[in-house]
Amino acid sequence: MAEVKKIATRESYGATLVELGAENPDIVVMDADLAGATKTAMFKKAYPDRFFDAGIAEANMMGVAAGLATMGKIPFVSSFAMFASGRAYEQVRNSIGYPNLNVKICASHAGITVGEDGATHQCNEDIALMRTIPGMVVMVPSDDIEARAAVRAAAEYKGPVYIRLGRAAVPVVNDPENFKFEIGKGQIVKEGKDVTIVATGLGLDSSIGAAKKLAEDGIDAEVINICTIKPLDEELIIKSAKKTGKVVTVEEHSIIGGLGSAVCDCLSEKCPTLVKRLGINDVFGESGPAFDLLHKYELDAEGVYKHIKEFLGK
Amino acid sequence: MNNLELQKIANEVRKGIITSVHSAKAGHPGGSLSAADVFTFLYFEEMNVDPKNPDDPDRDRFVLSKGHTAPGLYAALAQKGFFPVEDLITLRHIGSYLQGHPCINIPGVDMSSGSLGQGVSAAVGMALAGKMDKKDFRVYSLLGDGEIQEGQVWEAAMFAGFHKLDNLCIMVDNNNLQIDGPIDEVCSPYPIDKKFESFNFHVINADAHDFDSIRSALSEAKATKGMPTCIVFHSVKGKGVSFMENNAGWHGKAPNDEEFKVAMADLDKITEELAKKEA
Repeated sequence: MAEVKKIATRESYGATLVELGAENPDIVVMDADLAGATKTAMFKKAYPDRFFDAGIAEANMMGVAAGLATMGKIPFVSSFAMFASGRAYEQVRNSIGYPNLNVKICASHAGITVGEDGATHQCNEDIALMRTIPGMVVMVPSDDIEARAAVRAAAEYKGPVYIRLGRAAVPVVNDPENFKFEIGKGQIVKEGKDVTIVATGLGLDSSIGAAKKLAEDGIDAEVINICTIKPLDEELIIKSAKKTGKVVTVEEHSIIGGLGSAVCDCLSEKCPTLVKRLGINDVFGESGPAFDLLHKYELDAEGVYKHIKEFLGK
Repeated sequence: MNNLELQKIANEVRKGIITSVHSAKAGHPGGSLSAADVFTFLYFEEMNVDPKNPDDPDRDRFVLSKGHTAPGLYAALAQKGFFPVEDLITLRHIGSYLQGHPCINIPGVDMSSGSLGQGVSAAVGMALAGKMDKKDFRVYSLLGDGEIQEGQVWEAAMFAGFHKLDNLCIMVDNNNLQIDGPIDEVCSPYPIDKKFESFNFHVINADAHDFDSIRSALSEAKATKGMPTCIVFHSVKGKGVSFMENNAGWHGKAPNDEEFKVAMADLDKITEELAKKEA
């Protein structure tokens, strides 16, 4: 079997920014002293006149980006998810969200796969924070192909966008031949009838792996990839929930406020269905190699498989 | 425009502040009144803005970082013709476009603001865009002296100084009062001028209620190249309304009907005095 290509979504972001920089002179990039890590340094190298480092000052960075956006620029601003969504939450809400400005917040190092840096830097709350801001589009790409498409879509979309990117290299799971991307649209990655697995980000790879193991047990799982958590593709999720009657959500984020909550918000009102949320169970993370942590927190294929079996009572 | 004409407009701006805050039964008259002369000078003398073409891409920009003094900004914008003066009484009313704090959708308002410390960063971003595009417009931002206790102000100042944004003029309305009392008793930001100097600003101290002083300060700011300017405007909170002057209690409180009459009588008296001067 051929080796599966692995690439971190932050790498895809950096590469796409460079392409966009050539296509659109209004694209401006800002970072807060993490350009090497978030990969905005690639843009800095290509377009030094359109790159501004705010230094370690995320609050001001968001405000400067807001000011740039009022002048017709399209600022892409980056830091780690912890600081972009947490430290600067109120700046994002009041200076970008409220005036509905065309700022793209692309935050890397989200979730526990930050790894060795540990809990202070492992943001498991950013989806929750960002999706409560009115008008904010929230996207969590699952791999290189989707990350490139999401960054391009964000550049074309008018309005505030939050894109969650990862530190760790993750397998390319989407099929480049048949890949289509639209903000607000999910995809059925594998059709099934026994249970619906709704996944986002690197949870998709784990879910595809879990679905394969479930198939060996005779359980036919449907796997849905949700890149855009807000606005959520409710139609797709409701249709699948009606078909299978059981839904599992998988994300590298707190089970409070993320994809699991978004799916529950939708289903509880429009199609009451039993939902099992898999994610970080309201705890802080810890130091360790990224994929060892994913295993420990039972968000790899094995963990997801185990929890779905329990959920189904089989 | 001569000083007497400016004084007359400023007095109308003050009447607009009192009328709108009274009508709203809430709002921030003290800091609006302390900045009324600065608002007036900016919109009637300093800035290149046209109420008939409020979205002109080459216009000067203003961000009211001390957004709670929206009544002062709105009164100046109304006097300038961005919207009818009669609309001021809808301030803070449900359904009105005149929100409690500035909103970018209001004619003449360049940025939503009001969460302290944030507006100045947006102003820095506007100035940066002006430099990138080699445009001639200038960017102004007014901050409260209490507001500069916010750390974000100094992040913004560091960035503006570092990038030598000489198209940016930050103004601090130094009325020495914040909600909890005198700023030097709450948590002193003094010396304000030396702080901005150390962040690589050209700093000017000026009298916020003397149009010669305001004119000279803004003219010096415009002539300053290679660094942004900070004008520390020494002001009187509540200026123009006898019982509001130098009283922290009028930071965020509306006058009742009786107080409204007294306040308007104070301002009417100023109108009469200015008319006498003119004659």
